[in-house]
Amino acid sequence: MELNGSQMVVEALAKENVSVVFGYPGGAIMNVYDEVYKQNHFQHILVKHEQAAIHAADGYARSSGEVGVAFVTSGPGFTNAVTGLATAYMDSIPMVVISGQVPITMIGTDAFQEIDAVGISRPCVKHNYLVKDAKDLPRILKEAFYIAKSGRPGPVHVDIPKDVTAQVAKFEYPDTIKMQTYKPTYKGNVRQIKKAIEAIASAKRPVLYIGGGAINSNASESVKEFAKITGIPAVETLMARGVMGDENPLLLGMLGMHGCYSANMAMSEADLMIAFGPRFDDRVTGKLSEFAKHAKIIHVDIDPSSIGKIVAIDYPIVGDLKNVVDSMIPLAKEKIDSTKYKSWRDLLNRYNEIHPLKYQDSNEILKPQWIIERVGELLDDKALISTDVGQHQMWAAQFYPFSFPRQWITSGGLGTMGFGLPAAIGVKKANPDKISINFTGDGSILMNIQELMTAIEYDLPVINIILNNKYLGMVRQWQTFFYDKRYSSTDINIQPDFVKLVESFGGVGYVVKTKDEFDSALQDAIKSNKVALINVEVDRLENVLPMVPAGGTLYNMMLEYKE
Amino acid sequence: MENVRRVLSVIVINEEAVLSRISGLFAGRGYNIDSLTVAPVPNTNFSRLTIVTSGNQRVLEQIVKQLHKLIPTYKVIESGEFVEKEMALVKIPLNEDFNGLDAMLKAYNGTIASSGETYIVVMVADDANRIDNFLKAIKKYNPLEMVRGGSVALDV
Repeated sequence: MELNGSQMVVEALAKENVSVVFGYPGGAIMNVYDEVYKQNHFQHILVKHEQAAIHAADGYARSSGEVGVAFVTSGPGFTNAVTGLATAYMDSIPMVVISGQVPITMIGTDAFQEIDAVGISRPCVKHNYLVKDAKDLPRILKEAFYIAKSGRPGPVHVDIPKDVTAQVAKFEYPDTIKMQTYKPTYKGNVRQIKKAIEAIASAKRPVLYIGGGAINSNASESVKEFAKITGIPAVETLMARGVMGDENPLLLGMLGMHGCYSANMAMSEADLMIAFGPRFDDRVTGKLSEFAKHAKIIHVDIDPSSIGKIVAIDYPIVGDLKNVVDSMIPLAKEKIDSTKYKSWRDLLNRYNEIHPLKYQDSNEILKPQWIIERVGELLDDKALISTDVGQHQMWAAQFYPFSFPRQWITSGGLGTMGFGLPAAIGVKKANPDKISINFTGDGSILMNIQELMTAIEYDLPVINIILNNKYLGMVRQWQTFFYDKRYSSTDINIQPDFVKLVESFGGVGYVVKTKDEFDSALQDAIKSNKVALINVEVDRLENVLPMVPAGGTLYNMMLEYKE
Repeated sequence: MENVRRVLSVIVINEEAVLSRISGLFAGRGYNIDSLTVAPVPNTNFSRLTIVTSGNQRVLEQIVKQLHKLIPTYKVIESGEFVEKEMALVKIPLNEDFNGLDAMLKAYNGTIASSGETYIVVMVADDANRIDNFLKAIKKYNPLEMVRGGSVALDV
């Protein structure tokens, strides 16, 4: 079959069972958009800014496990997309992003809307391609989808010059992948696994340190099973929230900078750490020389470069987490006695009783943590939770009762403000039967506020809950703690009327100052089935606690802030 | 941890921009490149890069893993046993006393590569540290220009 490059793109997406593409057209990608117009394989959702197209595809991917797809044009279309690519790359999210490029004949001439797109995307994608000939396009697109979702997932960028989108060539979409060099390892080394099991069997204070890899490899059930069989207490990273389920008695909670006391103490006092797909981020480890210094470490990861990158590993296992844990389970049943760690679990539970996650509720002023808890009580597993970045993000991670993987959608590695609303749009698209909540801040929401229009246009009723403290709260908190309260450029009390703002787009808005008002606003928003924005006026000076100051040690947390 | 020198031989698919993927990796992650040479491997679709780098043990381990992680990378050879050679060219003015030059060139696998009316160009090929020595020794002939080629290596 002979097709032009644009038709090939459409056909390839159909073959990959893509059902939605987020994007924004422009000169260099017009040929592709012409074919988008003629086809009925997938829906195209027109965003209002290219950054949002990538975040929406990202939210779609995170919440569904499928590859997210986005189209942007050359030049500024592409550069606007870069933050989205970097966000997805840092959190290992499978995506294929296709950008238009000026015709090959004009590349290098500083043509209108020309930029070296693959040069820019190289450090923030898993792989990228500049397509020089339409005959390569079927293979490249097949590889792009395969690379995006296999191994350690990540975004793949395909840059297609305009003349290639018009060039006609033979189209044969490959059924199988034949790559000479790229061969991820899925199965763990049997000897290493046996050694790891022996190490666990002889440990006295083991802890499971669960990372985002558990989500990416769909390993939640296996990890829970492993924890149950062995009786080993578990901690989750920010990216792993939802893996164990917060009802699970073996879960201590989130660890790290704003993790709970018992989780951080478990890491500090453990004699064996079993790392299931985390990456030892600095927000988790704190000061490295003091991090889990009594523990031997087992690290399971599909990416060999992740192992030993930050700390030396005693038992490295390269492989897909689910695959490896599944092969550990029968050995664990045989070798490990789950009653053995009871006193260790008791100690950690006691830590949790002494220093639980807490906040001082008030009847005069709304506390942001109460809002999160309240949404949890009212919506629980009926909602998927996206966030922006800052204090509200940490409170959501701490206080929302997560019960399953992919319920929690957040920009962890890059920490991208403006992620929440477009991501929640992608989440709603992938999960029409769930309530899509975006917890956001008064700073973050204004970074991609224009996407209210997209949500309304495509009838994707996202509920945005602004925990509004009229500050760039996380920076303000650091200024309070570490900069003698010099609130440099963080007081943002000059604000739009958020209710009028969302109403002008065609959604519904609420101002909330009391608990009762919040309950009725949330219920009303859900009932309306419209795009909603609930502006909650919360305590301006509430801090996220406990806290390990940057470079501090996990066992020496700041539990409360004293003037 | 102490910094050590390491020679890496990297076999990659000979495709567009592969060199920038590698140099970008080194620049982006703050790794050293002491020298880098690249040329196609005959009768294949591969290129071979010889990279001389330095760093502590953990950094060197990461460099190898990060190189492997690049999609076009076929193989990273980090064997301790390499035959490693580097080439250097030196331009020397003719009006000098060349007493002893022949012996020196011989000692460093060298020869006179070109001679003109006002200068000669000598070439040598030897271990990288011996090239260091040669370039010091040749100074007594007041060289006008010197260029060294970067290491090439084969694992044995």
